[in-house]
Amino acid sequence: MSALHIKKGATRHSAYNLRPNFSDVQERHTIAVLVENEPGVLARVIGLFSGRGYNIESLTVAEVDHTGHLSRITIVTTGTPQVIEQIKAQLGRIVSVHDVHDLTVEGPSVERELAMLKVVGDGEKRVEALRLADIFRANVVDSTLTSFVFEITGAPDKIDAFADLMRPLGLAEIARTGVAALLRGD
Amino acid sequence: MTREMTGAKMVVQALKDQGVDTVFGYPGGAVLPIYDEIFQQNDIRHILVRHEQGAVHAAEGYARSTGKPGVALVTSGPGATNAVTGLTDALLDSIPIVVLTGQVPTFMIGSDAFQEADTVGITRPCTKHNWLVKETDKLASTIHEAFHVATAGRPGPVLIDIPKDVQFANGEYQGPKPSASHYHPTVKGDMQEITELVAAMETAKKPVFYTGGGVINSGPAASQLLRELVEATGFPITSTLMGLGAYPASGDNWIGMLGMHGLYEANMAMHDCDLMINIGARFDDRITGRIDAFSPDSKKAHIDIDPSSINKVIRVDIPIVGDVAHVLEDILKVWKSRGRKTDSANVAQWQAQISDWRKVNCLAFTQEGKTIKPQHALARLEELTKDHDRYITTEVGQHQMWAAQYLGFEDPNRFMTSGGLGTMGYGFPASIGVQMAHPDALVINVAGEASWLMNMQEMGTATQYRLPVKQFILNNERLGMVRQWQELLHGERYSHSWSEALPDFVKLAEAFGAKGILCSDPADLDDAIMEMINHDGPVIFDCLVAKHENCFPMIPSGKAHNEMLLGEAETQGVIDSKGSVLV
Ligand SMILES: Cc1ncc(C[n+]2csc(CCOP(=O)(O)OP(=O)(O)O)c2C)c(N)n1
Ligand SMILES: [Mg+2]
Repeated sequence: MSALHIKKGATRHSAYNLRPNFSDVQERHTIAVLVENEPGVLARVIGLFSGRGYNIESLTVAEVDHTGHLSRITIVTTGTPQVIEQIKAQLGRIVSVHDVHDLTVEGPSVERELAMLKVVGDGEKRVEALRLADIFRANVVDSTLTSFVFEITGAPDKIDAFADLMRPLGLAEIARTGVAALLRGD
Repeated sequence: MTREMTGAKMVVQALKDQGVDTVFGYPGGAVLPIYDEIFQQNDIRHILVRHEQGAVHAAEGYARSTGKPGVALVTSGPGATNAVTGLTDALLDSIPIVVLTGQVPTFMIGSDAFQEADTVGITRPCTKHNWLVKETDKLASTIHEAFHVATAGRPGPVLIDIPKDVQFANGEYQGPKPSASHYHPTVKGDMQEITELVAAMETAKKPVFYTGGGVINSGPAASQLLRELVEATGFPITSTLMGLGAYPASGDNWIGMLGMHGLYEANMAMHDCDLMINIGARFDDRITGRIDAFSPDSKKAHIDIDPSSINKVIRVDIPIVGDVAHVLEDILKVWKSRGRKTDSANVAQWQAQISDWRKVNCLAFTQEGKTIKPQHALARLEELTKDHDRYITTEVGQHQMWAAQYLGFEDPNRFMTSGGLGTMGYGFPASIGVQMAHPDALVINVAGEASWLMNMQEMGTATQYRLPVKQFILNNERLGMVRQWQELLHGERYSHSWSEALPDFVKLAEAFGAKGILCSDPADLDDAIMEMINHDGPVIFDCLVAKHENCFPMIPSGKAHNEMLLGEAETQGVIDSKGSVLV
């Protein structure tokens, strides 16, 4: 009946496979977003990520220019190159966003995070915790006879490593700020 | 110019200063001060709708038919939540509208006050941008900025939430001035990319223009330039549902709408082309069909003002971020300066191939017997109205696709339909917005009986304001498009796709003080349509049509452009399990 010879049921792939040409390697990118410091701006950014199904590994935000009413949001995200491009383009579309920088692409950049770890214990473990803290250049910011609160700054993997070591030594609680990042050089 | 006045007065003043002549709205406690100001002036007409969803769709109809932003005014809480569908519709179709909502007074926000809703929270994902204004001094500048944001770059809906105390308080009124904000999207395309596109056009053997709503949004100049470019190059042109009219349906190079229910020749051309020039369209899933089989051998160029549209779905070779009119102007300039070259011999052969495809005559139907075929009803409507100053809106379903297939659009801004969101209930209020903007034009809403019922309360608006909108209902007593999918995908189990207990549409019209026309016999159709056209007032035209007609051609979900179904005989077991999860 048709002029075509349609191969019925010939579809091998789901049409949801939207990006067959694009690499599906997951990449980790650190993106700095300069936004107007106004109510709701963080909700816009977070809503974009949840609404479109993007990942957030870490997100930090604080005002960086009081007179210009600008805040800097640093987002660490993972996705295929295609998704990363979309994330940047979609961020750029938000009216309150001034600037989007992919530090991973524009890099090299330095990344730092601050963490505080409460380690509870006594005896050998307590001594060992203190010794390791020294090696990692973590400071003791609070102590009792049975606990320490360490403060450590560094790249996220350094903090991960320190936390891993503290775990058997009585790590009770950890608070992390998320990543702040800047491009190197001028 | 600064003057001291109340927030409520500022709202009206700012709208006037923005050139607004019509506001669609519905009052309530949280906007009473603004309504009081509206009462005391005559520059802005307020149209009282019957449901806030209607106000927003009417504003969309106004915007799409004029190119100017549409304005709606609603109260807090339920007024605002009723506006959400219209906002989402405008977001997906990139329609510039400004919605003003009342809010409980600032000191009560967060207390679950009467008719309090977190309006900016609810509408954040369905607006291009929104604002909660907490100081009267900032109200006027926010409204001016809202108009700028709604219309600059890729247009879209914006919302301003205004607490009642802000409306009562006095503040300094600021007149409009060039936007001081950082928001000024790029309109000029990159010359290097444009030159690359021109070079590709010079050597293309099988080029096709694939145009979309972006051409219309860019303004009349864009359509003019598009026509010039198409005539000068002789390349064939197809368009999405949203772009119909940018290039005239009667134009020599027009090959019809593309996509899921697009024309055979258009989809085949898209599949087989060697150069695809996407102008202001967005590779929507209704257009591409199966992604990995989408136009496999073509070089693709994409002109779009929104960088996020580029490479979102389909990877393109020549991305051009800019406003369509600006970019087309540059393309023409560069193409002319390089000697107006095309591979005319091969393009002629390509056109001949397309003519062969056209011979399939994919829209053919036979009107026989005593039942009106919906296609026939639209073909007659086209014949009898095409010489009028005509605007068409539609609801959503089979009738919408048939309208796109069987009506010819010669100019931009003449076809208003819910493309991205597919909102049943859009067409009727949109027709009211269109008629307000074009009082003397023939405005017809091509409707399905089920969609039409979704906002039928707007009959009250149409009769109150004596708006002669024609409601052309293709009544198949079915949720036809749903039924079609159930037939193809769900073993002909027609779960809840009947329109049961339908009203008598003629009596319904009369109950609202309008005219009703019933037509069921093909022999009466022309006279009945003429009666509808000639009646000076709103009409409900109940056109009883064949109940089980399906809409073809159809690219089933998960299939490629060259796997179109052309008719009933091809529909058995055609969508496989992977395709069936798609909508
Ligand atoms: C608000 C809304 N609800 C549900 C749908 C799903 N839907 C798409 S078409 C359709 C049937 C429309 O029936 P009708 O208006 O009679 O048009 P027909 O297809 O029969 O021409 C439905 C229910 C929709 N698009 N919008
Ligand atoms: Mg129907």
